[in-house]
Amino acid sequence: MASAAVIPEREHYLNQEYGIRSWLLTVDHKRIALLYLMSITFFFFIGGFFALLIRLELLTPAGDLVQADTYNKLFTMHGQVMIFFFLIPSIPAVLGNFLVPLMIGAKDLAFPRINLLSWYLYIIAGGLYLHCILTGGVDTGWTFYTPFSTAFSNTKVIEAGLAVFIAGFSSILTGLNFVVTIHRMRAPGMTWSRLPLFIWAHYATSIIMLLGTPVLAITLVLVVLERAFHLGIFDPKLGGDPLLFQHLFWFYSHPAVYIMILPSMGVVSEIVPCFSRKRIFGYQFIALASIMIAVVGFLVWAHHMFVAGISLYSALVFSLLSYLVAVPSAIKVFNWTATMYKGTITFSTPMLYAFGFIGLFTMGGLTGLFLACLGVDVHVHDTYFVIAHFHYIMVGGAVMGYLGGMHYWWPKISGRMYPESWGRLAALTVFLGFNLTFFPQFILGYMGMPRRYWQYPPEFQVLNVFSTAGSTILAVGYVLPMVYFLWSMRYGKIAPDNPWGASGLEWMTSSPPPTFNFEETPVVTWEAYDYANIPAPEEVPVER
Amino acid sequence: MFDNFPLWPARASSGAANVDALYIFLVLLSAFMCAAIFTTILVFALKYRRRAGAQAEQIEGSTALEITWSVIPMFIFLFIFAWGAVIYFQERTPPRNATEVYVVAKQWMWKLQHQEGPREIDELHVPVGRDIKLIMTSQDVIHSFFIPAFRVKQDVLPGRYTTVWFHPTKAGTYHVFCSQYCGTSHSGMIGDIVVMEPGQYEAWLSGGTSVPLADTGQKLFAQMGCVTCHRSDTQGRGPNLVGVFGKPVALEDGRTLTADENYVRQCILNSREQVVKGFPPIMPVFQGLLSEEQVNALVAYIKSLGAPQPGQTTKNPSEAALQEPQESKVQ
Repeated sequence: MASAAVIPEREHYLNQEYGIRSWLLTVDHKRIALLYLMSITFFFFIGGFFALLIRLELLTPAGDLVQADTYNKLFTMHGQVMIFFFLIPSIPAVLGNFLVPLMIGAKDLAFPRINLLSWYLYIIAGGLYLHCILTGGVDTGWTFYTPFSTAFSNTKVIEAGLAVFIAGFSSILTGLNFVVTIHRMRAPGMTWSRLPLFIWAHYATSIIMLLGTPVLAITLVLVVLERAFHLGIFDPKLGGDPLLFQHLFWFYSHPAVYIMILPSMGVVSEIVPCFSRKRIFGYQFIALASIMIAVVGFLVWAHHMFVAGISLYSALVFSLLSYLVAVPSAIKVFNWTATMYKGTITFSTPMLYAFGFIGLFTMGGLTGLFLACLGVDVHVHDTYFVIAHFHYIMVGGAVMGYLGGMHYWWPKISGRMYPESWGRLAALTVFLGFNLTFFPQFILGYMGMPRRYWQYPPEFQVLNVFSTAGSTILAVGYVLPMVYFLWSMRYGKIAPDNPWGASGLEWMTSSPPPTFNFEETPVVTWEAYDYANIPAPEEVPVER
Repeated sequence: MFDNFPLWPARASSGAANVDALYIFLVLLSAFMCAAIFTTILVFALKYRRRAGAQAEQIEGSTALEITWSVIPMFIFLFIFAWGAVIYFQERTPPRNATEVYVVAKQWMWKLQHQEGPREIDELHVPVGRDIKLIMTSQDVIHSFFIPAFRVKQDVLPGRYTTVWFHPTKAGTYHVFCSQYCGTSHSGMIGDIVVMEPGQYEAWLSGGTSVPLADTGQKLFAQMGCVTCHRSDTQGRGPNLVGVFGKPVALEDGRTLTADENYVRQCILNSREQVVKGFPPIMPVFQGLLSEEQVNALVAYIKSLGAPQPGQTTKNPSEAALQEPQESKVQ
């Protein structure tokens, strides 16, 4: 650390310019990624704070910590903050923004200014949502179900709806930028079949962002119109149909689950080969699975509505299609497992997160089979079983992938190593805390405890106590990385260009990379995951 | 077993065991899959952990393996789908002669009314061994009627009826939860299902002095002036309603609908959207003039005017259209 000061510093994207202006007006995708990193971390901790209050309230059967209305706002804002302001932008806007150009050998994204615009839209949306929180909040549930949201709620529905509407445009612009960049800006020799799977995952994600988000935006505008001007669209008293809202909402919000999970799958597809020193098993099947998930994911939305009053036959169709989308997910899990076969495996922090991802995602995916199953869904729908299931996917899966990716690329992003033993400890803490928090909720759900309950019958208490205990452990697991990442920016060991001996163009430039990423445009003559020709690092750098 | 730590709620309906069987199958399948995947990962992780001098063997993939682990899960999934679909079909197809109970949900209570007359709030008494069908609607937002012990759940929507049915098998008191978020006291919108032995139930039913729902409906039918146009002895300005329920009805706009609860309800509240063929659109709109309970009473009355007789239900729509005056209904 002290020795770092002696060496004259090489110029890179972090030290090229200083001052707040150089950040707020930057068009460098790497700096924009860091702007996103700071903003989504802020919202993550706000959403996490709401979650802890929810868990504390549920420690006892009586509604005793907060008022019923406050509780309703807490779970609503927990959901909306976490989904729209953390999970959806998390990997794409931070790691994707940073890595998509680096991985394909480009200087930047195709539209650097639009990239900055997308961050400003996010900040405007986030600011509006914060204002909504501070001036009373919103209590519709993250799903904005009508006619409750349009005619009955007394809270700031319009403001929350507009915030999510604007955030949607931020996500559309990011998706647009990725699609164009991946099509047009690949380095010479970087053919589609040589793209890292992280890129394939982001390509699939971007397609969903582009095609799905506008539908959510339109739907929210209709909610606002009905609430503000009593335009009859969803409220039967005005001649509308409340189920129409659910169809429109889930048409986006189910694919949105894949916006959250696909990028994480991309991260895992990078980490597993690297720490197994092997090319990935079944490259084209994993790539194809990403695209299949993006396409079929658009055809399963009504599995959220099996008890909502849709016809018997449409329920059958949507159940069947939901099983189809499970197949590509299973393919991915099997391929990651097979990648480890006959490898030389090290248990570095990113790999531990990848193991965690595979474990939790597998459990989340398997419990998805319960929910896609008509006969079982009728019983567990809208219970804690659903809560547990989607947290296994969206927290167990997406957040594990995000943290794994943050550790894996942190040396590239910051130019410093994080402390490895702390990293492993945090990964373990998150894994244990997560399971303790959410596994009991599967049982609670089958027992019949409905979701969004402020108070509950006493027989559900024991499992709720487990869950609350787990959430405190989970909170520690999430705070740890933030602390040591910040610490490492000043005190961490200087990172070499390629600390893991990883494949991929991002590791061929310096750490941190120069402003335009590469000294000269790389020419690619090798396949992805060419681990046969990359020497393993003598020793994985360890900071003790 | 598991008295202090139950893993599932009481099984108190004919359908509960079927759902549990499928659930347990899925739990075992998931446990097996988890064990298989996690063990493989663990074995690989330990067996192929990095050792001095060890080199990874580069393997591109295997199409045969890919096909195997796509096709086998696919067949397992199809099997689960089919099993689940069969149960869902049973759950969604109420038996013909089920005892009907009308449910009106509002923020934040359940109002229930038996056809025999008794009204209840947040409590429903039913006998063991009979098929019970709930005809439900909401006065305000969407609610959901959930009885964990019966493994059934159905959203209750404003502006239309949804139905759910069950066949209680075990006497006892079980939870009713509202499972669709409905505002401030969502978690307070809970009640009890009291399943009684048939004898006790009959005693409970005859305990009060309430008027049967269809009789209330008949009174209302006269009060609201319905009877002046919908006459049962001769043809009035509106269709004769005797024997209409459950039959196809031909409309002015060319559609043919079945006269089910939702159809009758819609005709009462706003008949202009489905005027019966051959009748002028003169019926006043009752939307906003009748409470949900009053609509229920009218529906129950119209249903009581005659169930479809065997042989008549098989009429095809065009025949029905030719005989509108008898075949059709409220205009």
